[in-house]
Amino acid sequence: MLTVGSLSRAELTARLSGDGLVLRTGPFTNRIRSDVPPLIDSVALMYADYPVEPAGGFVDFHLELRRSGGLRRWYRSQVHFAYDGTTPFEPLPLAQAYPMLEWTMNWCVSHRAHGYLIIHAAVLEKHGRAIILPAPPGSGKSTLTAALLGHGWRLLSDEMTLVHLDDGVLVPLPRPVSLKNTSIDIIRAFRPDAVLSRPVEETTKGTIAHLKAPAGSIARAFEPARPACIVFPRWEAGAAIALDPLPKARAFMQVADNCFNYQVLGARGFTALGRLIDASDAYTFRYSSLPEAMALFERLAQGAA
Amino acid sequence: MMPLLIRVLRDPGIVQGLDDAGWDLLLRQADAANLDACLLVLLEDAGLLDTVPAAPRAHLEWTRVGAAGHAQAARYEVRQIGRALDGLGLPLILLKGAAYAMAGLDAGRGRLFSDIDILVPKGRLPEVEAALMMHGWITTHHDAYDQRYYREWMHELPPMQHARRANSIDVHHAILPETAPVRPDPVKLRASARPIAGEPHLATLSPADMVLHSAVHLFFDGEFDKGLRDLVDLHRLLTQFGKEPGFWEALPARARELELGRPLFYALRYCPRLLGTVVPPAVQAAVAPEGPNAALLWLMDRLFGRALLPLHASCADAFSDAAHFALYVRGNWLRMPPLLLARHLFHKAFLSGKNDTQTA
Repeated sequence: MLTVGSLSRAELTARLSGDGLVLRTGPFTNRIRSDVPPLIDSVALMYADYPVEPAGGFVDFHLELRRSGGLRRWYRSQVHFAYDGTTPFEPLPLAQAYPMLEWTMNWCVSHRAHGYLIIHAAVLEKHGRAIILPAPPGSGKSTLTAALLGHGWRLLSDEMTLVHLDDGVLVPLPRPVSLKNTSIDIIRAFRPDAVLSRPVEETTKGTIAHLKAPAGSIARAFEPARPACIVFPRWEAGAAIALDPLPKARAFMQVADNCFNYQVLGARGFTALGRLIDASDAYTFRYSSLPEAMALFERLAQGAA
Repeated sequence: MMPLLIRVLRDPGIVQGLDDAGWDLLLRQADAANLDACLLVLLEDAGLLDTVPAAPRAHLEWTRVGAAGHAQAARYEVRQIGRALDGLGLPLILLKGAAYAMAGLDAGRGRLFSDIDILVPKGRLPEVEAALMMHGWITTHHDAYDQRYYREWMHELPPMQHARRANSIDVHHAILPETAPVRPDPVKLRASARPIAGEPHLATLSPADMVLHSAVHLFFDGEFDKGLRDLVDLHRLLTQFGKEPGFWEALPARARELELGRPLFYALRYCPRLLGTVVPPAVQAAVAPEGPNAALLWLMDRLFGRALLPLHASCADAFSDAAHFALYVRGNWLRMPPLLLARHLFHKAFLSGKNDTQTA
């Protein structure tokens, strides 16, 4: 199988600046075109283990990130995103090209892939039990995810939980984990083996760095998982660890609030979410220490919380 | 050769010969033209959906879900507008996409629309606006010049948006601006409006007027980003209404009565040319005198021949941008007399906020 890592740097650059690099991420193919060197660097590093598909076939999403032309090429250069010729977003400073690629890849899925109920949540699996971590930004969801990936958990997704509308299974979309601000140093300290992209400062979300997804998770991207738990995490300085059951009805409403396309799906979304809630134990989770959290998640994976 | 999407719109059966690259191109053109849900309906009606390969089929199914959600939201919104205007003693006359959808016309199947357009008498605008405001719709253009642009010169209020649901409504009192050289009489349009069966307070324009409004909206406007979508509307309206007795016979005379002979001429020229619409020869002969002179027609064929294609890189040639620009200038020219237009463009270029995205 051809992967990004098996392409030479020249070949990768040629594809990205030519007909496009067709990257497979979970169930989707993305045709990416770009002439921005820092973006090419990050793709080479973060996507080394991902399959590359031949160009010229059917592709799910067509993305293009180009450097500004004219005077802007030399002064405060920007990166412009186009979805197959349309430009839904304002340009960003050139240094943010790679985070912009990640955001726009997410946007393609959340705005189009209505074959899934899409929850704004991380989802990880161990011993056949998948745990969904829905959470608003700032709750420490990505930090927790990044830490768990060093403890034998499989990454299904850091950002989007895909619940298949037909059978309710969780479809993996393993992609790099987005770490913000202080989490970057926390994960560097907690997981010295972690591969991180170069931090990008002054984005709308502060400083961003991406953690490479584990090769094992990428290799198992075709293997769906069964939902076992829904855990709403919350990091709080100095807090004692606490895992409290959440009534199903409240869990339903809170997950609905964290969906990208619950409204669009109408009755099918309601049914899919109902089935997910029925199949899962729901908890709120407060923690301050990552090692304690690791131990507790190990018990959840064993089915004994 | 015509773009793939247009060939499929004319003859859906050709999808059976498509390879993966062909499906990729077809869905991208349909997406760019805002016709993806329409393509789904077309393939389904032709019994071809099960022949579609898995990956493009998944996209079509995603489109189905998105379109169904959209249709449900639109129906809900129309009911809310009906409730807001209940008590004013006005029939709720829907225009364009909302009318096609609520009346269950072929043109409404798989046709998405972002705004709901309604037609009310000019003298009742203050009451209508007040009633909508009481029910949560607020005006979107706060710039004093934009407010004046709409209220003095245009044929509609500044678009109103619902504070919570963010859906937009355009309240029209006519189908062309006050400042345009032709003025189809709104009284005649309202007088011919027809109630929608099973929807007591809702109405549409008459079939002929729906066609004429669709034609003037497409051929007198300056923006062609949805040009092909609007042409498909016309094709489907003409094809469905063409089966009703008396429709074709009355259409040219009604166009003359409403001063809309020219847009009807263009509709009956480009629908058959691009989409294969069947128009009786007698009707073509009746609208022939409404067309432009030969030199202008030669030019318009070249401009519309480009602007009516999907707005996608695969359909563009060296003159596409120039054609879109020329039609943009023409569209403004057809809305305002020259001095007013010059003043308007000057204001938009130099005086309006540079980052004001709500350009009128």
